[in-house]
Amino acid sequence: MKTLPQDGMWGGLLLWLVLATPAARGFLEASMSLQMLVQMPLLGLAGYLLARHLPERVRRVLASWDRGGVSGLLLAAVVSLPWMLPRLMDAALAAPWVELAKFTSLPLLIGLPLALSWPRAGLVVRGVFLMEMVATAFRVGWLYLVAPQQLCVNYLVDDQQRLGTALLVLGVLATLVLACQLMWGHPRGAALR
Amino acid sequence: MAMAWRTLLASLLVLVAGTVALALATDDFRAYTTEGARRLEVARHPRSLPEARLQTAAGGITDLDGLRGRWLLVDFIYTRCMTYCAMQGQGFARLQRELAPQLAAGQVVLLSLSFDPGRDGPAELAAYQRRLGGTTGAGWLAARPAGAEELATLMRAFGVVALDDGFGGFVHNAAINVVDPEGRLVAVLDQDALDEARDFVLARLGS
Repeated sequence: MKTLPQDGMWGGLLLWLVLATPAARGFLEASMSLQMLVQMPLLGLAGYLLARHLPERVRRVLASWDRGGVSGLLLAAVVSLPWMLPRLMDAALAAPWVELAKFTSLPLLIGLPLALSWPRAGLVVRGVFLMEMVATAFRVGWLYLVAPQQLCVNYLVDDQQRLGTALLVLGVLATLVLACQLMWGHPRGAALR
Repeated sequence: MAMAWRTLLASLLVLVAGTVALALATDDFRAYTTEGARRLEVARHPRSLPEARLQTAAGGITDLDGLRGRWLLVDFIYTRCMTYCAMQGQGFARLQRELAPQLAAGQVVLLSLSFDPGRDGPAELAAYQRRLGGTTGAGWLAARPAGAEELATLMRAFGVVALDDGFGGFVHNAAINVVDPEGRLVAVLDQDALDEARDFVLARLGS
């Protein structure tokens, strides 16, 4: 991971606050694809940016429980699971406490550990994590694409199928990028170690 | 070495906590959708339904409370719907024939509630029943909530959500809702599970 620029110190917090505004929520939660492919990754990004502001002492303690980035990446992967379920995407719209859980768990339990653990992870751990992410994109994308019935009460079937298609496309793209990296190395020379 | 053990411990904790959280979020891995959760919840904890005034296809005003003492099979409709609501409506017409004795005896009532009361007046509701091969009256009530407040109350109580489909119609979580004689919603069945709905009430009527 490159060292992130220090200007925009509070970028993560600002991003989080912007996402929490009723206008942003209304817009990004109007469609299933926007909620899962834009709002949720941006919430993760907010946490990722916040990681820079963790005091050095806290980082050290966390690092001592996170050899090779294993527990941090596992945490990110596990927490991401429920938010792909139609039930929770619905509930986030209907129940404020679920929305609050989404707005806290995605930055703090996905984005933040990703930022801390990714640099610690070696080739094998990164490989397993990325393959699992790609596989999940295919699994969930396929499910949303072929499910004959509307899975969310708040989103229509065509929205659900668009999300499914988008996830499959993302899965294919990620696979291609990873394959290229494995064969020709990282474009900037910082190949997976 | 200590770091490896701590990492293993942390990872195990993450896995256990994640599994518990997922179990809680899905009713022990049984309901992954809101509709699935609604059905499970209703089956476990029957819901008492609120009072709500209804205007029937015959034009009269009745109350959901006034239907106590019989089994109700309730579906939510809007009469302009030409796709699967029509199938659901034909299903109710079929139930009207198959449950004729129980309907005549006042043990069971079929109730189609419109969630589009602005457009579905008594005339439209009666036409809907005729178009689908049913008979107005004879144990099949088609009705609309008497006001906007009643509509919201009913949809909330039954857990029905109707979305604008972008073509002037609605998409909604269609189902056959079973209400017991005490006025409690006790089961939510698939909209095409006609036999199941019929057998459900017949079994409880002991016939």
